[in-house]
Amino acid sequence: MSQHNQSSGAQIVAAFISGGLMSAGIAISQMIDPVKVINFLDVVDHWDPTLLVVMASALVTYAIGYALLKRQRKPLLDKHFHLPERTKLDKGLVFGALLFGLGWGIVGYCPGPAISALHLGAAGNWGFVVAMVVGFAIAHFKPLNG
Amino acid sequence: MMTEFTPWSAAIGGILIGLGGLVLYLFNGRIAGISGITAGALFQRGGRGWRIAFVAGLVIAPVVIAPYIELPAWHVPKLSIWTLVAGLLVGLGTRWGSGCTSGHGVCGVSRWSMRSLVATIIFMLAGVVIASLFGGVSYVTA
Repeated sequence: MSQHNQSSGAQIVAAFISGGLMSAGIAISQMIDPVKVINFLDVVDHWDPTLLVVMASALVTYAIGYALLKRQRKPLLDKHFHLPERTKLDKGLVFGALLFGLGWGIVGYCPGPAISALHLGAAGNWGFVVAMVVGFAIAHFKPLNG
Repeated sequence: MMTEFTPWSAAIGGILIGLGGLVLYLFNGRIAGISGITAGALFQRGGRGWRIAFVAGLVIAPVVIAPYIELPAWHVPKLSIWTLVAGLLVGLGTRWGSGCTSGHGVCGVSRWSMRSLVATIIFMLAGVVIASLFGGVSYVTA
């Protein structure tokens, strides 16, 4: 990962708009409500397939855009694309995804919706986010794969 | 707790999530993985400016759109040991697993990444199993 690269003003604006669009989508689709998410994941009670529609819609939108941009040599505001370098499966990916799924299924928050809901000022949401950031920190300073 | 199936707002919201991801890809050449960007904004040494701006957009957008769009009252979890355990698991798991619902589930699967497809299947299955068995968290309307 490239270090010490200063973000340009335009990159900062683009990132702000990107985060804003995603969060608006999370709020409008009601994925900001963990009960909606739990009612998808919990297949026993009150099943609500809303999450499936959100995922499908986001996937199709991104996939179409990504395909249309296939011939783009470089992004508009940087010298080159920054795409993930790892392609092989490893134990960090599998173990990490498993832990994430467990945490997600307990409360119904993945990182995006938990952050989108911060403005509500609710203790349970803030507690979740603080604990999540502690998890980020532990994993950052103790990576599983090298 | 019952919730109503809301396919139309779900489809519109999903399009916005996809467009948000595309903006970051087209302009900054980055994959819009919310867990990785947020962790980077907090703990990475260089290149934090755009990451902080992205997180700021996440935090502010629901407040900005609220006056223009009629949104229902959302639930929030009550603070309990389980809320904290879940937060810790999500934080650890998304970093060790290199992504969450946005980076793996939306962007990665769209890019036909094998790693993202496997991660998404694992976290979806784990989520379904634990949510179907466990009901230890209670919610209030925010």
